[in-house]
Amino acid sequence: MSEAVTTNGSKAARSQKPSKVAGVADWADSRLGLAGAMKKNIRKVFPDHWSFMLGEIALWSFVVLLLTGVFLTLWFKPSMGETTYSGSYEPLNGIEVSEAYASSLHISFDVRAGLLMRQMHHWAAMLFIAAMLVHMMRVYFTGAFRKPRELNWVIGVLLLVLGTLEGFTGYSLPDDLLSGTGIRAANGFVAAIPVVGTYVNFFLFGGEFPGDSIIPRLYTIHVLLIPGLLLALIAAHMLLLVYHKHTQWPGPGRTNDNVVGFPMLPVYAAKAGGFFFIVFGVTALMGAFLSINPIWRYGPYNPAEVTAGSQPDWYMGWPDGALRIMPGWESHFWGVTLSWNVFIPIILLPTLAIGILMALPFVESWITGDKRDHHLLQRPRDAPTRTGVMVALMTFYGLFWIAGGNDIIAITFGLSINAITHFLRVAVFVGPVIAFIITKRWCISLQRQDNEKLLHGYETGIIMRDASGGYSERHQPLPVDEAYAISARERDQIFQIESSTDENGVEAPGSRAEKVRARLSQAWYGTNVQKPTAAELEEAHHHAEEHDHESDSELAGIASERHEVDPPVRKELPPSD
Amino acid sequence: MTDLENRPDSGVVRHEPEEPIADPGLPPHELRPTDVDEKAERRAERQVAGMFLLSAVFTVLFCVSYFVFAIGDDPTMVLGLGASNVALGFCLGMALLLIGVGAIQWARKLMGDEEIVEMRHPARSSDEDREEAVASLTEGVEQSGIGRRPLIRNTLLLSTGLLGVPAIIALRDLGPLPGDKLYHTVWRKWMRVVQDVTGTPIKPEDLQVGQLVNAQPDVFYRPFNPKDSDGDDLTAAQAEARGEEPLEVPEGVELQQEKAKAATIVVRMEPSDITPSKGREDWGIDGILAYSKICTHVGCPISLWEQQTHHLLCPCHQSTFDLADNGKVIFGPANRALPQLPLMVDPDGYLVAQSDYTEPVGPSFWERG
Amino acid sequence: MRLLSQTTRRLAGGLSRHRRRKLAGPAVLLIALMLTGGLFALFSPAQAETKKANDADDVAAGRALFLVGCSSCHGANGEGIATKRGNNYGPPLVGVGAAAVDFQVGTGRMPLAGPTVQAPRKKVSYTKEEIQQLGAYVQSLGPGPAVPESEEYDPNEGDVSRGGAIFRTNCTACHNFAGAGGALPGGKYAPKLTDVSSKHIFEALLTGPQQMPVFSNDVLTPADKRDVISYLRQNDDAPKYGGFSMGTLGPVSEGMFAWLVGIGVLVGFAVWIAAHTARAKKAVKGGQQ
Repeated sequence: MSEAVTTNGSKAARSQKPSKVAGVADWADSRLGLAGAMKKNIRKVFPDHWSFMLGEIALWSFVVLLLTGVFLTLWFKPSMGETTYSGSYEPLNGIEVSEAYASSLHISFDVRAGLLMRQMHHWAAMLFIAAMLVHMMRVYFTGAFRKPRELNWVIGVLLLVLGTLEGFTGYSLPDDLLSGTGIRAANGFVAAIPVVGTYVNFFLFGGEFPGDSIIPRLYTIHVLLIPGLLLALIAAHMLLLVYHKHTQWPGPGRTNDNVVGFPMLPVYAAKAGGFFFIVFGVTALMGAFLSINPIWRYGPYNPAEVTAGSQPDWYMGWPDGALRIMPGWESHFWGVTLSWNVFIPIILLPTLAIGILMALPFVESWITGDKRDHHLLQRPRDAPTRTGVMVALMTFYGLFWIAGGNDIIAITFGLSINAITHFLRVAVFVGPVIAFIITKRWCISLQRQDNEKLLHGYETGIIMRDASGGYSERHQPLPVDEAYAISARERDQIFQIESSTDENGVEAPGSRAEKVRARLSQAWYGTNVQKPTAAELEEAHHHAEEHDHESDSELAGIASERHEVDPPVRKELPPSD
Repeated sequence: MTDLENRPDSGVVRHEPEEPIADPGLPPHELRPTDVDEKAERRAERQVAGMFLLSAVFTVLFCVSYFVFAIGDDPTMVLGLGASNVALGFCLGMALLLIGVGAIQWARKLMGDEEIVEMRHPARSSDEDREEAVASLTEGVEQSGIGRRPLIRNTLLLSTGLLGVPAIIALRDLGPLPGDKLYHTVWRKWMRVVQDVTGTPIKPEDLQVGQLVNAQPDVFYRPFNPKDSDGDDLTAAQAEARGEEPLEVPEGVELQQEKAKAATIVVRMEPSDITPSKGREDWGIDGILAYSKICTHVGCPISLWEQQTHHLLCPCHQSTFDLADNGKVIFGPANRALPQLPLMVDPDGYLVAQSDYTEPVGPSFWERG
Repeated sequence: MRLLSQTTRRLAGGLSRHRRRKLAGPAVLLIALMLTGGLFALFSPAQAETKKANDADDVAAGRALFLVGCSSCHGANGEGIATKRGNNYGPPLVGVGAAAVDFQVGTGRMPLAGPTVQAPRKKVSYTKEEIQQLGAYVQSLGPGPAVPESEEYDPNEGDVSRGGAIFRTNCTACHNFAGAGGALPGGKYAPKLTDVSSKHIFEALLTGPQQMPVFSNDVLTPADKRDVISYLRQNDDAPKYGGFSMGTLGPVSEGMFAWLVGIGVLVGFAVWIAAHTARAKKAVKGGQQ
C-alpha cells in the first residue's frame, strides 16, 4: 500500500500560525489541566459489535427523555385541583377535570409540537426500559458481568428498577382514566403490605384515595428524585465502563490482555454520536406516526369508571400478569387480613426478581469458584447452564407478560380468558424448567458441533463417491481465524473439594457448604463439552491425512486439492497494488 | 481451596499450554474502496454531505410546518391524521436521522479505519499502592484518635444516628391517620340510589330483568336531609334533637374520595335465580340487588355484568363475581365477595338504601380482619 | 346513502373538519330531499289508506318467515324451547319487542349459524322489509320495545360531552374507551362499536342483547342514549391527531410497537453501524467479529 493511494487520515492538517483553537485550548488547559486526561482517553479504544450498542440505545433514549421532558414541564400543571375543561378538544368541553389532565390536553391540542413531544417522551420511555432489558440480556448471555464488572451489573439492575419506577410515575401523571386506574391499583397494592399498608397509603395519598396530593408528589419524584438518581448511576455506569475498558469477543489478536477496536476520536465519536441522532430521529418518527396514550380518548379519571383493556405500560406488564393469574388467597387471623393474592405477585415477586438479578454474578462466581478477571466474552453456547438460566428467566417473564395481556389476547385470538389463566397458572412453573433443559441441551449440541468443525473441518456439501461405491461428504478445515476464534475459550474447571476431613477424620469447618458448592459446580459445568486439546487436534488431522492418502492412491490427481491436511495457516496478503 | 484465584503475577487468565490453535495475531488491515479509489471516495464524500444538506432542508421544513399547520379546535388534517403532529415529527425525525446516518456513513467510509490495540490493566491497584493507601488511612485514623477516644466515637454515633428520627418524624404530616374512614361510605338509610352522571332517581318498575344501572348516592346531586322512620324529611329542629345533620353535596377532592367508595351497581334478575344468604333475604326488591362497584381485589370499579349468567367481571385482573349468589368470587385473584347494599323503597316509590354498606368496600387491608 | 355521504366526505377531504361540516349539511339535505321526493312519488298515495291492512299483512308475513327461519329454536309461537337441564335452547320471544328483532336480525346475529357461546355479527340474511315483518310478528306476541324513530337516535341532536361521560360510566368497562371491544368470561366478548349503526346501538341499549345488560328508557332516557350515540359517532370520525391508532387497544399494542418497531429498527441500525464495510480486495476472510 503506497502512500499515494491511501488518501484518508494519513495526512495531518498543518496550520501555518497558531490558530484560535490552539489559543482556546491553551486557555482551558492552563485552568483545568485537561490535557492529562484527554491524552489517555481521546484515542481510547472501543471494540465494534452490534450488541455492544444496545446499552447506547438506552443511554440516548434517556437523553431524549430529558429533552422532551423539560419541554413538557413548561406547560404541565401537577395539580389535582378541579377545573372545567374549555380548551380546543370539543368532546370534553364542560367536563370537570383535574388541572393535570386539563394541562395535558392543553399540551396535546394547544401547544404546537406539544403532542409530538408528549408522544416522543412516552415512546422514548418505552424504548429506554426495553433497551436496558435487552442490554442486560446481552451482558448476561455473553458473561460480561463477570469479574471485574459485577458492581457495574448491580448498578445496571438498579437503573432498570429506577427506570421502571420512573416510567410508572410518569404514566400516572396525566390523570386520564388509564393513569388513574393505575394509581387506584397501586393504592390497592400498598394496602396489601402487612401491618403498615393502610398507614403508608394515607401518608402517600395525603388521606383517602384519590385525595389531591398523589399527582404533585409523583411529579416531584418523576422530575427530580428519580432522574437525579438515574443520572448519578448512569455516570457511575459509564465511568466504570471507561475504567474497565469494554469487553471484546475472542479472535485473532484479541486476548484477555488487550482491547482491539476503533479509537474514540474520530470513529467512535462519529458512530456513537451518529447513533444518538438515529435514536432521537426514530423516536421522533414514532411520535409522528404512532399515536401513544391518546389521553383525550380515555377521558378524565373518575373513580367510578374503568375501561376494558386497562393495562400498565409493557414494563409493568409482568407483575400485572402475575396479579391476574394469582389465585385469590387471603388469610384472616387474629383480627387482621393478609392479602397473599396481592402481596405475593406485586410486592414479593418483583422484589425477589430484583434480588435474583443482582445476585446472578455472585452466585455464578461462587458456584464455579472462578475469581479471575474476564475481559473476553463467551458465546452463549459456551456457558450452557448460564444461558439456560437466562432463557428460563425470560420464559418466566414472557409467560407473565402474556398473562398481563390476557384479555387482549383473548379477543384477538378468540380464546377464553379463563382458559388462558388456568393454562398460565401451570405454565409459569413448568415453562421455565422446560426452557432451561432445552436451552442447555441445545447449547451443548452446538458446542459439539464446534468441536466437530475444529477436528474434522466444516461440511462443504460436496458428496464424494469412493471406488467401493460408498459415499462421503468432503470436509474442509476451517480458516485459521475462525478456528482460533472458536477455540479461544477457557476450559471449564469444576470445583472440587480437596478433602473434607483431616487425617483424624474431623470434618473441616464449612465443608458442608463446600460439598453443596462442588455439587452445584458439577451441575453447572459437568455436561459441557470441552474444546479439543492440541493432541486431539493433531490426531484428527493426522487421521484425515491418512484417510487422504488412502484415497490419494485411488484418486490420484484430485486428492491433493481436496484436503488441506496441515494445520491451517493464514495466507499472506498479496500486495495491494 | 481450588478457587481460580488471581495469580500472584497478574489478575488475568493465562492460556494453558495445550491450547489447540495458536493465536494467529491480528489479521492485516484491508483497504476499502474509498481508500484506494478516488472516485469512490468522492462519491462517499458527496453522500455524507448530501445527507447533512438534506437534514438542513428538513429542519427548515420543520420550522415551516410549525407555522403552516393549524392545531386547536380546527386542526389541519392530512389523510385523517393531525397534519401538525405528522409534519413536525416527520421533519424532525428525518433531520435527526440524516445527521446520524451521515455521521456513521462518514465513519464507515472515510475515517481512518485501522483498528488500534490498547493493553488492559488489572482493575486492582498494585500491592504498593494498596500498602500506601492503607498506611495513609491508618495514619489519618490514628491522628483523629477515634480509636483511642471511645467516648467521642460513641457520642458522635449517637448524635448522628438520632438525626434519622427527625427525618422520619418530619414526614408525619404527609397525611392523616386512617381512623375509621375505610369502614364507612356516604350511604345511609333512606338515601336514594340514582344513576351516575345523570342523577336520575330509580323506581323498581323502571328496571327490567337484565338491567344494570351504574349508580351513586343521591347526595352527589342533591343535599341529603335526615328522615324519620317513615322516610319523611325531618325538620332542622327534629334532626338536631336526634343528632343528625343534613349532608351537603360534596365537591372536589371530597367528592372524588366519596365516589371512590360509594360507587354502586344496581341489577335486576329473575327473583328465582337469586340465592340470598341468611340475613340478606330482604336486601333486594323483586330481584333488584345493589352491590359495591369497587373490586375487592385492588379497587377497580367494575360494571362488566353478564345479564344471562349474572357474572360480573373486573376488566383489570379478571376477578369474577356472581351477583345472583351474594357477590361471591367465582374466578380470579379476588378473595372477598362484593359488599352488598341493602335496598328498600321510600314513600315516593324510589329505591333507597337501608343503611350504609355493612362491611368496608374496596381492596383488603391489614386491619380489616 | 352511505356511499353518497362517503363520497361527499371524500370530496371534502381536503377541507378542514369545520368547513366540511358546513358543506356536509346542505349536501346531505339535498340528497335527502331527492330521495324522499322519489320515495314519496313511489309510495305516498297508497300508504295512508293501507296502513292498517299493512300491519296485519306484516304480522302474517312475519309469522311465515318466523316459522321457516326461527321456530326451530324459539318454538312455533315464539314460546322458546328449553333444554332438559332447564337451559334455553332458544329463549322465549314474548315481550322482547320489535327492537330486539331489528337488532338481532338486522346485525346478522340471528339466525344463528350454529350453537356458539355468543352469536357473532355476520352478513344479514333478511331484507329490511322482512326484518320489519318479523318484528311486527314478534311484537304481536306480546308488547315490547318498538323500533326507535330516527330522531331518537339522530347523532346530530345529542350532547357529545355528556354522552362521553355516560359512555365512560356505563359502556367503556366492556367495550373499551374507544369502542374497540373487550373480553368477557369464557371466550365471550363485548363487540366493537365503531361500525355499528346508530339505530342498532339504540336498540342494543334498549333490549340488552345476549350478555349485555338492559338500559331501559326509564333510567337511561332516550335523550341520554342519543348523547351516547352522538359521542360514538364523533368517536368514529375523530381525527387521528397523534398518528395511527394501532387498534386503540391501549398499552398492550403500544408495547408491542415499542418492541417490534422501536427496538427492532434501532437494533437494525446497530447492526449496520457495526457491520464491516466492503473491502477493496478480499484476500483473507476476517476473524470472527
